[in-house]
This record gives sequence, structure tokens and C-alpha cells, in this order.
Amino acid sequence: MATTSIEKEDAIHPGKPVVVDRYNLGARVNHWITAISLILLALSGLAFFHPSLFFLTGLFGGGQEARAFHPWIGVLLFFSFAGLFIRFWRANLPERSDREWLAHANDVIAGNEEKLPEAGRYNPIQKFNFWAMSLLIIALIVTGLAIWDQYFYEWTTIPQKRVAVLLHSLAAVALICIWIVHVYAVIWARGTLRAMTRGSVTGGWAWRHHRRWLKELAERHRFKGPAAPAE
Amino acid sequence: MEPSPHTATSNPPVSAATSNLTERDLVRRSASTVPPPARQLEPVAKLIDVSKCIGCKACQSACVEWNDTNPAVETNTGIYENPHDLTPDMFTLMRFTEWDNPQTGNLEWLIRKDGCMHCEDPGCLKACPAPGAIVQYSNGIVDFIHENCIGCGYCIKGCPFNIPRISKVDHTAYKCTLCSDRVAVGQGPACAKACPTHAISFGTKEDMKKLASSRIEDLKSRGYENAGLYDPPGVGGTHVMYVLHHNDQPEIYSGLPKDPKVSPVVNAWKGMTKYIGFAAMGLAAAAGVLHSALTGPNRVTREDEEKAEDLVKEKA
Repeated sequence: MATTSIEKEDAIHPGKPVVVDRYNLGARVNHWITAISLILLALSGLAFFHPSLFFLTGLFGGGQEARAFHPWIGVLLFFSFAGLFIRFWRANLPERSDREWLAHANDVIAGNEEKLPEAGRYNPIQKFNFWAMSLLIIALIVTGLAIWDQYFYEWTTIPQKRVAVLLHSLAAVALICIWIVHVYAVIWARGTLRAMTRGSVTGGWAWRHHRRWLKELAERHRFKGPAAPAE
Repeated sequence: MEPSPHTATSNPPVSAATSNLTERDLVRRSASTVPPPARQLEPVAKLIDVSKCIGCKACQSACVEWNDTNPAVETNTGIYENPHDLTPDMFTLMRFTEWDNPQTGNLEWLIRKDGCMHCEDPGCLKACPAPGAIVQYSNGIVDFIHENCIGCGYCIKGCPFNIPRISKVDHTAYKCTLCSDRVAVGQGPACAKACPTHAISFGTKEDMKKLASSRIEDLKSRGYENAGLYDPPGVGGTHVMYVLHHNDQPEIYSGLPKDPKVSPVVNAWKGMTKYIGFAAMGLAAAAGVLHSALTGPNRVTREDEEKAEDLVKEKA
């Protein structure tokens, strides 16, 4: 399908190797604020999830402090993720070709990417992660407010709070699982992490993993000067 | 023979007494395990005979006095309840209901002293994530240990009776302690001592049950055929029990639950969810490790770079 999956910051720097801009500074800062808050939330949340992990509250200065910080970090994560959502929702809209890509699940897992249809800026697994994260974060903020007794005790009844706390823990578990997949995929597909550190990837990476995105960029002549000097 | 109510009617000795209720008497400790206690204390209970209560609130005053709390002065909204709910500074509350008895046509004034029921199977303790913030002694008393409390409010969700309240001042949970500090030195709870009609008695649970049955017999002989003891089995029985003239419908006493139990939602949250959660997170991590071991890293090849360079050369 001809839907464009390129963002305005994306650009090709011709050279040897080719370098492709993927995330501008704003996107990267936004991502890492989200990432750090998510890790802090997971650590403090897991401390309340099971007694064997209660010691994690020590990272926050104690149980009272972890209990007090956790919801505020959640608010930060919510707004920070909202920023990512606004940046990337268009590029994550499902496309017809996603179905075919997913039909080759075996090749995805085996890393035989040459057998897959060419992916745009995001492949279907990335899209799934994006939408799952979005929905789970909405579920977490809603159920989180319902159990933020310090400020919102009056807003819900006790039976509602019980359901909220159960859903909050289930949603958190699901989100942590998706986060594990996300982190693993970044490590597995070598050369991915630099997209969120330096903001760019190599042309080979784009050719291998997001060929349609690279082709679209080339097609639209999204070129920018020579490649940034090698570091 | 009338069983002894055990409520201290005389003044306590003035010499210092050592506490007979210590950490070694714990049978449950929140978010942790305790070694089985070396001794088993006699289970105690407070018996509240609703039919003898005159609603004087001496128990509330005694509770405030002994626990040194300072409930806020509220406004009169036309009902007798004061304060209008349990608060972090008011551990017990007389709840008043005007009930129109459909059988007799009489207006009955039902007064129930609300507060922690000291469940044998305490939902608050089950829900609590903070090690040692809620404990249960072998005599049945469920107590909050404030220095371990983190103020999360999980106890509120665990409690089937809507009892714990979180203080906005020190962010810890408060409720009736059954005067564990008094019981520890052989005294009865302050409310029981202050009650002018002996509607509140304290003693061993067995004695309190005997006392209750004599009261129930008396009430039945006076026409309250449904009089009975409220010691709900859904929470394993309680260490605060009521004699109710209408034990067939406890809800009429300001919503006393008919068959309280720890909510299945709380049980799911505190039980299954933990196993599912750890299993899911473990599987996700294990899948990563396994995948990595089987397929190795997915590296960009020299050929990929060349293809990209060709593409760019062609289009640029």
C-alpha cells in the first residue's frame, strides 16, 4: 500500500556507509524519559506486587517513599508516552501488507528477513508493541487513579478499587512482558539501539529491516548533505 | 453458673507490668512468614450486645482517651453519628439506624458499635504488601504496626467490613487495636471498661460465646425469635462478635454484611495473579534467552550496506 510511513525528521545521508536519520533529539529525549519512568515504575510496582521484591522499595528510600513516588512517576510516564504516541501513531497504523508479513512468523523468528515483505518504518511486531503499550498505559493510568487513595479515595467505591488494583497488576505484568520483548528485539537486531542514542541507523540496517521505509525516503529524495562524520 | 465476662471492672495495678503479647506470639505477619509460636494464647473476643446498648458513646470517648486520638469536631447533619464515619482518629463508631419492623409495626432504634472485627482470616493482612505492617497474635488480635506501614491502602481493599482508614498526617493505616496494649498487661479494651450497661464484654472467645448464648436465650424468651450471635464463618469467625436481636438480617444494622468474606477479587489479586505474573514475565525473558541461543544475533551484513549504497546512488 502506498501509505507513507516516513516521519519528517527522517533523511538519508549518502555516503559509505549510508546513514539514515530516524529519531530527532526531541523524539530521543521523549523516549528516554518514558523508558526511565517505566523502569522506575516497574521496580517500585513490583515491590508492592510480591513480598519477595519488597526490598526494591529501598531504591526509593523506603516503602513510604516508593508508595508516594510511584503514582507521580506514573503521571510522568503517561504524559511522556502521550508525546511518543502523538509522534508515532501514524507510522504505526496497520497496513494490508502487515498481514502477509505476519503470515511469515517463522521467518521472522528465524531471522530470514529476505523472505518477508518489505517493512515500512515499523514492522507489525513493532506496531503491536506500540498499540499494546498505548492501551496498557491507558488501562494503568485509569486503574492507577482509582487506587491513588491519597488524592482520589472518594472517586471510587471499595469494590471498584479491588477490581482496579487487580487490573492494574495484570496490565503491569502484560506491559513488563511487552517491554521485555521490546528490549530483547533491540538487542537481537544489532544496530538498532543507535537509532535511540545517536538518532540514526546505517543504510544497511534500514535495507535489512525496513526496506520499504528506505525506498520511500530515496524515492522522495529525502537526502541531506553528506553523511555525518564517523565518530 | 454465669460465665465471667472478663471485662476489667476494677482498676489496674499501678506497678509497671511487662507486656505478655510479643513478637513471639505472632501467627501471621503481612508479606512475610513467622515461625510457629512456641505457645498458644487463649483466643480472646469482645462481645457487643447490641440489645443492651443505649448509644451513649462512652466507648467512643474511652477509645479516644486511651488511644490519645483527636477526632475533628464536625457539624451536626441531623443524625446521631459523630463523627460521620470511622476516621484515622476514630477507631470505633456508634452507628444508628431507625428501623421500621414490618412484623410488629414498631420503630426500633438499632445501634451498632462499628469497628475492626479482628477476623480469624483477616483480609487486610492478606492484602498488605509491607512486611510486618499487619500482624495477628495467637489470641486472635489483628494489629497494625505503624512503623512498617507504607500507607498504600491495600488493607482497605482487603477488608470485608470497610474499617481501615489512612491518616493524611503520617500516611499510615489506623483501626481498632482491640486495645492490644491493654490486653498485653491483663486489661480489657477501654471501650468495654467504659460501657455503663455492660453491652461490651471482653474475655476468652469461649466465655464470650457462652455469655452470648445466655443473652440470646433471654432475648428469645422476650420475643426476639431471630436473636443470635454474629460470628461470621466466611472470615473464619471474628474476635469481635455481636449479639443481634435480628441475626437473620444483619444488614439492617447499618449495613453489617450478612456473609462477609475476603472478596474473590482480592483473592485472585493476591493469589493467582502473582503466579501468572511471575510465570509470564519469566517466560518472556526465557523466550528471549532461548531465541538468542538458537538463532544468534540478527546482524546487518556488508551486502545490506552495499544494497543501500546502490539504492542511494541510483536515486540521489
